[in-house]
Amino acid sequence: MGPVPVSSGYWRKNLRLLGVLLSIWFVVSFGLGILLAEPLSAVHLPGTGFPLGFWFAQQGAIYVFVVIIFVYVRLMNRLEASSGSGNGSGE
Amino acid sequence: MNVQEWTLALVIATFALYVGIAIWSRVASTKDFYVAGTGVSPLTNGMATAADWMSAASFISMAGLISSMGYDGSVYLMGWTGGYVLLALLLAPYLRKFGAFTVPDFVGDRYYSQTARIVALVCAIFVSFTYVAGQMRGVGIVFSRFLEVEVNVGVLIGMAVVFFYAVMGGMKGITYTQVAQYCVLIFAYMVPAIFLSLMVTGNPIPQLGFGGEYGDSGTTLLERLNGLHEELGFAEYTSGTKSLRDVFFITAALMAGTAGLPHVIIRFYTVSKVRHARSSVGWALLFIALLYTTAPAVAVFARTNLIESVSGRPYAEVPEWFTNWEATGLLEFDDLNGDELIQFTGPDSEIPNELTVNPDIMVLANPEIAALPDWVVGLVAAGGLAAALSTAAGLLLVVSSAVSHDLLKRSLHPNISERGELIAARVAVGGAVLVAGYLGINPPGFVGEVVAFAFGLAASSFFPALFLGIFWKRATREGAIAGMVSGITLTAGYIAWFTLLRPELDSAEHWLLGISPEGIGTVGMAINFAVTVIVSRLTPPPPAEVEALVDRVRAPER
Repeated sequence: MGPVPVSSGYWRKNLRLLGVLLSIWFVVSFGLGILLAEPLSAVHLPGTGFPLGFWFAQQGAIYVFVVIIFVYVRLMNRLEASSGSGNGSGE
Repeated sequence: MNVQEWTLALVIATFALYVGIAIWSRVASTKDFYVAGTGVSPLTNGMATAADWMSAASFISMAGLISSMGYDGSVYLMGWTGGYVLLALLLAPYLRKFGAFTVPDFVGDRYYSQTARIVALVCAIFVSFTYVAGQMRGVGIVFSRFLEVEVNVGVLIGMAVVFFYAVMGGMKGITYTQVAQYCVLIFAYMVPAIFLSLMVTGNPIPQLGFGGEYGDSGTTLLERLNGLHEELGFAEYTSGTKSLRDVFFITAALMAGTAGLPHVIIRFYTVSKVRHARSSVGWALLFIALLYTTAPAVAVFARTNLIESVSGRPYAEVPEWFTNWEATGLLEFDDLNGDELIQFTGPDSEIPNELTVNPDIMVLANPEIAALPDWVVGLVAAGGLAAALSTAAGLLLVVSSAVSHDLLKRSLHPNISERGELIAARVAVGGAVLVAGYLGINPPGFVGEVVAFAFGLAASSFFPALFLGIFWKRATREGAIAGMVSGITLTAGYIAWFTLLRPELDSAEHWLLGISPEGIGTVGMAINFAVTVIVSRLTPPPPAEVEALVDRVRAPER
């Protein structure tokens, strides 16, 4: 298979999207669930008995991870549809 | 029917199902054998990945570990799910686009080097065997407790079943068996969790229940548990005892390790399109999250039940489950002060602790502790076996494809026929099952611990090589090889030093910068990145074909 011209706009948009989503990924897990867990746990998740930092570390981060992946799937499908260069996966 | 009859009936029924699927999905080509003919739908692949991923450690050990670790157990919860974000965003779609059969395939082609291929292959085999040992052990533990056979006989039965469907159906057989195994294991996990949640908090949803009130006491369950912990001299449940830095490093090692585990990555080769690779990671994480958000709830219920039902009680009046588990040696009572009461106390208490609970038994003993119906106990046994067998099969396939495809076909004997390669693949799976069984009978440690180390090894070897291979065109052959070798050597050396050679030194004051062997994979990964970048800069850039390959992998699908 020969070289394929990559639409650099596509790749740049992909990288920007990765940057945003990975920042969210980092903030909910390493940020709210670990680094800030102790101060956050002084308050409770409203309406529940969960200390907030503890909740992020054992529940909240996981929910956000699932959402991040499905958002990425959706946005990338849209981005691929709009920048239709490339040669497909050969299937 | 009693517990043992229920267990036997459910185990036989599920095993018959797996064997039936294997016969239905037997394969005739290497493409079917390695990647199930790339015809798997994203939803199916997501479910199979979830079963592939959730091992005996997730099913049997994790809730128990969290139960004994409290907040510190979050490292497993975030680490083993957060890695899927890295996988979906940084690796899976590109590796699918590349369209190979194995991870060493990509490494060998991207780094234009047989040496890189061999290094990746050795890392893949090393990581997979570390991981599989824990699975086989898990099978043995379930058999010994529930069906009263020797642990080793249990390992042999598990080996026989995996041998049958992995040799016959390869990836295709494994995929469809894993779908069935996911259904069995998630049902087996959720039923007792919902029962427990209703009993303890009155809320049928465990994820919400463990943040609710404790019965009619007017205090929340977590406050109650924190109170019990304080009374008995344990650290506060919702805060934990590990240092912030260690929690950070362990979580990072587990995340990058998850994304770099070869048996997870190859699952995304089985779908037909790049966008299916992305969405199947999403489905996989959704199915995994169902168990992973339930586990911390189960941990809290189990911890509270355990303390309430044994602490301070006379030994003569212990419930039946206590005696049953004592017989396995996983629960030990030593009446130090001779008062015939069970003193269950933590490190901060003046009263010496008399009860040792192996975390592995928490999930398995839970239905009995909570006095749930007999069939639920049997169901948990079948679920534990499903989790262990599905992961073992996925790992064994990695070992087999590494030997028959990467070593034999791509390195030693490129002219081998399709038929010859398929026979070699089957023989290799068979051989791998035997080695796995040996490791299950002579295990290097307890289930959860061994598995946690496999992640450090994967994080320090594969993750940087794959990531830089896709995102940095300048990464060279020499850089990647030097990086992988230095990363995995440092990590494996550090782990071996503290677990095999000098286990008496395994405490925070001897650790490098306060980082435990579980978290050292993050340091190994950083060194791998640094070495790869520096060596790449000092060596000639990759040839034009490789740059074209990277462009092709990055290009949109249509």
